[in-house]
Amino acid sequence: MTDFSRRTLLKTAAAGAALGLAPAYLRHASAAEPIQVAGIHDASGGIDIYGRPMINSLALAVEEINAAGGVLGRPIALKNYDPQSNMQLYTQYATEAATKQKASVVFGGIISASREAMRPTLRRFRTPYFYNMLYEGGVCDRNVFCMGSTPAQTLQKFTPFVMKRFNAKTIYVLAADYNYGQITTKWIRKFASENGGAVAQADFFPLDVNDFGPTIRKIQAEKPDMIMSVLVGAAHNSFYRQWVAAGMKDKIPMASTTFGIGNEQVLTSPDEHNGIVVSYAYFDGLKTPENEAFLKKYTARFGEKADAVTEASAMTYHAVNLWAAAAAKAGSVDRDKVILALESGLSFTGPAGKTTIDPKTHHDTLDTYIAEVRDRAYHVLESFPQQPPADTAAVCDLAASPNETKQFVIDVKS
Amino acid sequence: MTLRDALGWLLVGAAALYALVAVPTGGELTTMINGSIYASYAILALSLALIWGYAGILSFGQAAFFGLAGYVYAVAGLNLESTPLAAVIAVAAAAGFAALLGYFMFWGRISDVYLGVITLTVSLILYRFINQTAGEEWTIGAAPLGGFNGIPSTPILAPPGHPDEPFLPEQIYVLAVGALLACYVICKLAMATRFGRAVVAIRENEGRAELLGYDTRRYKLGIFTLGGAIAGVGGVLFANSVFVSPNMFSLQTNGQVIIWVIVGGLGTFAGPVIGCFLLMALSTWLGSLDAGPGFAVLDPNLVMGVVLTLCVLGLRQGLLPTALALGERLLAKARGTRGRGAAELGQPAEERP
Amino acid sequence: MDYALIVILQLVVTIANLALISAGLAVIFGMMRIINMAHGEFLMLGGYAALVSHQAGLNLWLAIFVAAPVTVGLIGAVLERLVIRRLYGRMIDTMLATWGVSLALVGVVTVIFGNRVSGISPPLGSVPIGGYAIGLYELLTAGVTALLFLGGWIVLRRTPVGLIARGAMQNREMAAALGVDPARVYATTFVTGAAISGLAGALIAPITGVAPSIGSVYIAKAFITVISGGTAILTGALSASALLGSVNTAFSFVMTPVLGEVALLAAAVLLLRVLPRGITGRFFRRSL
Repeated sequence: MTDFSRRTLLKTAAAGAALGLAPAYLRHASAAEPIQVAGIHDASGGIDIYGRPMINSLALAVEEINAAGGVLGRPIALKNYDPQSNMQLYTQYATEAATKQKASVVFGGIISASREAMRPTLRRFRTPYFYNMLYEGGVCDRNVFCMGSTPAQTLQKFTPFVMKRFNAKTIYVLAADYNYGQITTKWIRKFASENGGAVAQADFFPLDVNDFGPTIRKIQAEKPDMIMSVLVGAAHNSFYRQWVAAGMKDKIPMASTTFGIGNEQVLTSPDEHNGIVVSYAYFDGLKTPENEAFLKKYTARFGEKADAVTEASAMTYHAVNLWAAAAAKAGSVDRDKVILALESGLSFTGPAGKTTIDPKTHHDTLDTYIAEVRDRAYHVLESFPQQPPADTAAVCDLAASPNETKQFVIDVKS
Repeated sequence: MTLRDALGWLLVGAAALYALVAVPTGGELTTMINGSIYASYAILALSLALIWGYAGILSFGQAAFFGLAGYVYAVAGLNLESTPLAAVIAVAAAAGFAALLGYFMFWGRISDVYLGVITLTVSLILYRFINQTAGEEWTIGAAPLGGFNGIPSTPILAPPGHPDEPFLPEQIYVLAVGALLACYVICKLAMATRFGRAVVAIRENEGRAELLGYDTRRYKLGIFTLGGAIAGVGGVLFANSVFVSPNMFSLQTNGQVIIWVIVGGLGTFAGPVIGCFLLMALSTWLGSLDAGPGFAVLDPNLVMGVVLTLCVLGLRQGLLPTALALGERLLAKARGTRGRGAAELGQPAEERP
Repeated sequence: MDYALIVILQLVVTIANLALISAGLAVIFGMMRIINMAHGEFLMLGGYAALVSHQAGLNLWLAIFVAAPVTVGLIGAVLERLVIRRLYGRMIDTMLATWGVSLALVGVVTVIFGNRVSGISPPLGSVPIGGYAIGLYELLTAGVTALLFLGGWIVLRRTPVGLIARGAMQNREMAAALGVDPARVYATTFVTGAAISGLAGALIAPITGVAPSIGSVYIAKAFITVISGGTAILTGALSASALLGSVNTAFSFVMTPVLGEVALLAAAVLLLRVLPRGITGRFFRRSL
């Protein structure tokens, strides 16, 4: 090879490299280039009853933003992944979303295990992450924003409310046997004893249990004043049916921290659910103009038979809008800039009322409601505006320690 | 060594070269993280290929050893300074548990589907037990068992002496593929020994082997323990690729392994590994098909179910043996001679236990 | 006193439930020596058949006792033609093929009905027993299970069909040599087993609700019960249900329902260690 040709070769190679790099550089500058966004929710498998309404809201929010001109003048390209209720796929898809799709933000995760499966990956690849399900509280990670309500936001008001309503001193807790159920039960114990009552007995059930016969007999022997159901998932639904079949419906009243987040009010009959009292940060029965407008759009988009909007679904909608507002404020979709904008105390008023990001915990201050289920719909009994995430705030301060990554187990003293 | 064996080793070597050199330089991290999960499952498939395909022991609960090793690794890793030590303990625990269970079954003269039921039940017991450990009373030292959620804080392997510098996912990938290759070689070598031949003889005719003076129980126990240890290696790697959760013991996991072995080809080692990679990739691909809001048209269950049923009905011997037979036939045709019968190439289906 | 009575009733209901969900599988295993892994999905399909026909306006009892077994029986007939028939004599292959069918059925039903729990409220109300109460429907289910087993016994003992079936169970080659067409016996058996599973699925649907994936809750339990029982259809399923059901109930009451399940599984493992061919492999060997 002659000197000349070698030089030509080098030149060509350099030109090629420049050409190869140019599109990557231009990609950032180009106005038409869409912003990549990922949604990772179970659309199949055992947990999909929670996932589907969330996927709907995510799509609706993105479509609305795109119709209004996108974020920073760029449209959003949404890609949905279905982990099939399989935790290992959450890890795989989180990696794919962050590294292959190069998503600017990820919305998703349902049960705590799925969030924990994605959190380290998304943190490592510096992809901001919104978790929109109500959960047990305690996640302290600057890369993560938890939009759902936590026990201190709902149970603190809810427990005394139902004890008073049912004139109850002893509570029998039936809970799903995993983190959320265990920790929620501790909070119920705490708030019950603070209000002069007690948890008589707490039973825990794995998510695939669907025979509650022996438990119902045990409850009959115990004769508690009320039942608190923290049951989760499709299989646990059969409890409500067996409870009615055993003739217990009118004998012992029931409250629940979970009934309805999988649209149980549609799946069970009025005989089975009338009178159950629940508390969330959103009900589709809310009579605010924002909610009515949102529901109208939702029904128009997904039809009458679509899964009803749940708290997690409404919070997904809030999350997308909050992220878009933060990106607009920051003038960029860069992770650090967006997080700083969100930490400035950004709020969004939507179907679930006003939600404000709490900079110290990356949770949000939100409105909570207590409602009664009647004939497949919620009737709001009481509302508690602007509840701060006090439980997580007790253990987490991201302003002081921004490198914290763990989920604290909040020490509940009863 | 026959030409066919040489060709086989060549192909395995080429695959290893591709996985260990080409993929990491390609630098697609998604591929590598998926790759380490697939490789750890492939090791599990290999363990079943060994004890079912070569020793005729039908274990429906092979994932019990996989999950057990994962959990032992996570618990030991959280409590001890050294993660490599935890990995060694975990594999030893899986092997020890397999030995105990094997003693319990083989000395009880349990075989066939009854053995399958016992192994499956043991796996389900572990699943149920681990599933109900969400309460904080289930904490071993520094390790909460975590119940349904598993242990998200499962420690990542670190090189000995550097506990604070855990391996990166890329390194875990290389480790997992390397382990898969090592387990493959171990299985191949084990089958080439006197012990391996005796095991195959017992599969072919247990009564005859016994009359020839072999204590068949010991041989079965030996191979079952080796299978447990290999499944344990897979479990430790899985714990490093994702994290441990009760799903490792579940009916679905146990079922999947059997499906991989059958689809890939019972009586071969490479077949189940190929089956595992293909079906895992299929399942991942199905989940990332964005069907938009509403129903997924290609339901993952539907596709997997149809694939499995068609494989059992259509490819009686699994992908690898069928492909080999086809290849030899084509080769023979090209040479103008008659091809050898399919029976000589793979394990004939009649020999399936 | 009341408490003792309610515990006994609960025990009866648990045992009957176990026997009911295992019955269809036991018929197919006892006669054909194959394990139908799609059994759980047959139960699920029975539930859906009853649910859909009831929602279409059919009387609930007709939906449970007629629509469900007929529908699932027909589905069983189709599957027998397409899959099972091609695999006779290959036990493991049959198991795997039916496993595939099981996954595919879950997929099909998910696509059609969506992955959600639907249900019919259990009819009949409840009976009070002192300070306790138990659902009448649950007791009815136990009664139907008893009748089902009694009916099975009568058919096997007293009818020509039963004679052929018993002959085929005891010695297939001999039965074939005597002019019984094994293919027909197998087809009939498979359809019968499917129909019984359909009925069982419909019966439990009001208590548990139906969802596409509900079969997986039952398959392991039914599988373990049938294998523990051994090859005698009625005695095997019944004795294993009684034993495992008692262990389950006892542990559920004293400890937790989860440990009840664990105890059930552990009991099955120990049982198979002591009796490697199941209960009827050792006791009641001449039974049905």
